[in-house]
Formats: sequence, structure tokens, C-alpha cells
Amino acid sequence: MTPGYRRRKLINAACFGLTACCAAVGMGALLFILGYIAWQGAGAVRWSFLVNLPKPVGEPGGGIANAIVGSAKVVGLATLLGGPIGVLGGVYLAEFGQNRTGALVRYAADLLNGVPSIVIGVFAYTLIVVPAKRFSALSGSVALALIMIPVVLRNTEEFVRLVPHTVREAALALGIPQWKVILRVVLPTAAPGVLTGVLLAMSRIAGETAPLIFTAFGNRFWDNGLLHPIATLPHTIFTCAISPYKEWHQQAWAAALVLMFFVLGVNVSARLFLRPASGGER
Amino acid sequence: MLTEKPPQHAAAPGTVVPERATLEVRGLAAGYGGPLVLRSVSLQILERQVTAIIGPSGCGKSTLIRCLNRMHEVLPGATLEGEILLDGRDVMGLDPVLLRRQVGMVFQRPNPFPSMSIFDNVAAGLVLNGVRDRALVAEKVEGSLRAAALWDEVKDKLKAPGVGLSGGQQQRLCIARALAVEPRALLLDEPCSALDPIATGRIEELLLEIKKTLTLCIVTHNMQQAARVSERTAFMLMGELVEVGPTDTIFTKPSDKKTEDYITGRFG
Ligand SMILES: Nc1ncnc2c1ncn2[C@@H]1O[C@H](COP(=O)(O)OP(=O)(O)O)[C@@H](O)[C@H]1O
Ligand SMILES: [Mg+2]
Repeated sequence: MTPGYRRRKLINAACFGLTACCAAVGMGALLFILGYIAWQGAGAVRWSFLVNLPKPVGEPGGGIANAIVGSAKVVGLATLLGGPIGVLGGVYLAEFGQNRTGALVRYAADLLNGVPSIVIGVFAYTLIVVPAKRFSALSGSVALALIMIPVVLRNTEEFVRLVPHTVREAALALGIPQWKVILRVVLPTAAPGVLTGVLLAMSRIAGETAPLIFTAFGNRFWDNGLLHPIATLPHTIFTCAISPYKEWHQQAWAAALVLMFFVLGVNVSARLFLRPASGGER
Repeated sequence: MLTEKPPQHAAAPGTVVPERATLEVRGLAAGYGGPLVLRSVSLQILERQVTAIIGPSGCGKSTLIRCLNRMHEVLPGATLEGEILLDGRDVMGLDPVLLRRQVGMVFQRPNPFPSMSIFDNVAAGLVLNGVRDRALVAEKVEGSLRAAALWDEVKDKLKAPGVGLSGGQQQRLCIARALAVEPRALLLDEPCSALDPIATGRIEELLLEIKKTLTLCIVTHNMQQAARVSERTAFMLMGELVEVGPTDTIFTKPSDKKTEDYITGRFG
């Protein structure tokens, strides 16, 4: 055994140890957050918490039913607005984007992706809340859609691009017009990846708080349709957490736990979505 | 009906029907932006016959047949000059989408649509071209799968994904898919080069069956295959068509020295 060999083995072991430690820190952070939220919030999560409206301070039995439904509505509407734009834009980039326009769109999408979400909130405020003279679910959804679009766009582009050229060729050779080839043959081939991207983007915007502060605004009661203020989970967590009341803090933890479960659920189902596709391809 | 049928030439019994060319190429030159890949190629592909195109790889066989249904122009930088006639009409004056419904194509590697079932693969050309009548579609799918000698193997799993079949079955699925839109002619670009001898044999059998109603043009690097399935053979070399004639003649007494050298294995 030469000293050089010993030295190399030591360095190898050190490198392995260091990288493994960093991986453990990443993993540990997730487990710690999950565990801490569960520990703090689990006590307050009970049926009444999920189905009741918030109650005034001091009155027991308040819940977050309006925020759960509100989040579902705002995120759902944002997906309806942003999903198709992101998907079709991504298809454009993959199929026709090998030029200056494509490069420009790609660059703009990456910039939009980097805009701080609070700025997007201010933008939606100026665009919709100010002219309408009221906070609304719709304005919140528009803000979230703006966050969603670049994420879905770039993800869709990637997956559509992965569709082999032979698939397009086979369809064109059947005398199918190009737009139908793209929408009915190529896009379905990429669908598992595209839908996974939409789901992941949904779980991301479900946790966004800043863009909702000046738009959806929050509401202690049931919302009144899409053109009125609406409660959402992240915003409820925010208002409860900065309140001076102990029981509201407790509710903030519990609401955080509910939101975490929602986001985790979407993430896990997104992974399941992707699996059959990668298994079925040859 | 999707395709416009050409006028039928009803011949009186006993008379010899003159051989008609379904497809004809006159003075074709084609390339990909650089040097020409095809130069002054002229060729007739006769009705209800199998025309084989042989030649060493890289000589332009694929390029030639891709010109015939205008799939050549899909590639970036592609250039094309000369005349290509389908039933005497210049294909450059036709909508490429309509042309491709009349002149189908089967590729070297089987390429079923990954997102579709066996049934949907065959139905795709009809459904995506607006045929709504489901009974009609089902009937055509069955007919095409039978013509492609695949029906008995898949009739119980039409909903299974097309990419789950074996290579030979996938290639027959692709043939069925091409047949479903009822083309006038079918171009096959080395359809058996990725298949084992048994799968190849089944495809050759079905080609002999479908040529009764269809004009076929098959590119192959396998000279035995050309001898087995074709009536006429064209030999290409370095972008030029050296010689074309009855398959027997080409393989026994070719008129060009280069053809003879190639088929006797002296090069290529
Ligand atoms: N997409 C392409 N772009 C540029 N050159 C090509 C392309 N496809 C084929 N070629 C060239 O054209 C020539 C003929 O190719 P091809 O028609 O595929 O030959 P074959 O089918 O007889 O093997 C070859 O020299 C090849 O390199
Ligand atoms: Mg080839």
C-alpha cells in the first residue's frame, strides 16, 4: 500500500462524507419542517376546523372552511387561465420556436419566472383591482396564473420536444394536417409530462401568499363569487400568524398543515402520473 | 370518401391492358441544401405492381421515395426540381396533405403512435381527417388489420397500446395504419430492415396480397427480397438511377456493367 493510495482513499472518503452530509441536511430540512408543522398544527386540526368559518377572537371552534374552498377556487381559476396559455405557448416554442421569436419568448418566460411574486401581485392589483375598485378572487387568480404560465410553458416545451421526430413524420405521411398532427398526435404523446408540469405548477401557486395580499385580499366569511374578496389558505396562515392572539397562532399552524398536505398530495399524484408514461415508452 | 378514385379503365376481355404508371418521376434532382443527392432521376412506378429500388446505402433511395409523397420537403433545407406525376398529374400542384392520403408511406423503423391503442393507431388517419361514423371506422380498421395480416393476433386486444406489440407486429400495424386511408400507392422504405427473417417473411407475404389492389414501391438493401416481391427493379448508384427493368432481367442479364457488379456482390 503506497502512501499515494492511502491519501486517495482518504480524500474519497472525505468527499463521500461531505456530499452525504449535504444530502442529509436537505432531506432533514424537509422532514423537520413537516414534523414541526405536524407537531404544532395537529392538535388543532379536527373536523370542525375544516368545516367551520373563522370565529371572532375568544370564541372557540373557529375553522378555515372558507379558506380551503377559496384556495381551491382561486387556484382552479388560475389553472384554467394559465394552464392552456402555458401549454399552447410551450407547444409553439417546441414546434415553431427555433428562431429569434422563439428565443425572445423563451427569454421573456424566464424573466417572468424570476419576477418576485409580490411584484406580480402589485401588477394584478394595478391591472384589475384598481379599475374594478375592489379586491377579488379573479384578480388573485390572474396573479397566480402569471406565475404559473412561464413554469408550464418551459416544462411543456421540454416534453413536446422529447417526442421523437418519427412520430410527427408518421402522422404527416398519413395526410393529417400539421396542426392536427401537433395537437392530436404530438401533444397527447407528451401529455403525461405536460400534465405533471401543470400539477406541479398548481402546487407551487397554491402556496403563494404575496401575490394574494393586494388581490384576493382575504375574507372572514364565505366568499361572494369571483368578483369579491376571498379567503385563501396561505393568506389565512399569514393573517393568523401575524395576529397577537395565541389561538390564532395555533390556527395558523393547523392551516399550514392542511396546506402542506394539499401540496404534498398534488406532488405525489403528479409523480404517479408520470410513471406509466416512462414505463410504457420503448 | 376520403380519396378520389382515378377513372377505372375497364378493358374488354382478351385485350392486353397497357401498363399504366401510377407514379412517374421525370428528371428529378433533389438535395438538402448542399450538393445534389439525386440527379436526373426518371422512373415509372407501374400500377398494381411492386417496384423495388435497390442500391448501396447513401445512394439516395430514401430521398427518392420521400420526394414521391412530398415528405422530402418537410426536412429543413430540402430542395427539389423536376416533375413528379401521380396518375399523370403534377403532384406539385396538389395539396401535400391530400397527396399523402393517396400515396402512403411505411418507414424503416416501426413508428406506431405511442399515445394510441392498436385500434386508434389504425383509425388515426380516418378520425383525424374528420370521419365521424364510428361503425365505418371500426369496419375500416378491421379490414386494414386483416389486409396487414395482423387481425387474428390483435383482435382481442385492440385497446392495448400499439407500442406494446413486437417489432414485426408494429410494422404490420404501421402498414394497416397506412392502408386504412385507402391510398392509391404505398411507399415502403426498407420496411424489414429492423425485423427478423420470420417477421420479414410475413410482411413479404402480405405485400404480395395487397399489391392486387395497390401500387407498391419498396426500397430494400436486400436483393433476395427484391427478387422475391417485385416485378420491376430499379438500381441506383450515387444519386443516379442506373437501370430499371423487369426484376428477372435486372438480376440475370443487366444491361449496365455497374448493375452487374452490384448484384454479383463486387461492390456495395
Ligand atoms: N436530412 C438530411 N440532411 C442532409 N443530408 C441528408 C439527409 N438525409 C440524407 N442525406 C444525404 O443524402 C444522401 C442520400 O441519403 P438517403 O436518401 O437516405 O440514402 P439511402 O436511403 O439510399 O441510404 C446521403 O449522402 C445522405 O448523407
Ligand atoms: Mg434509406
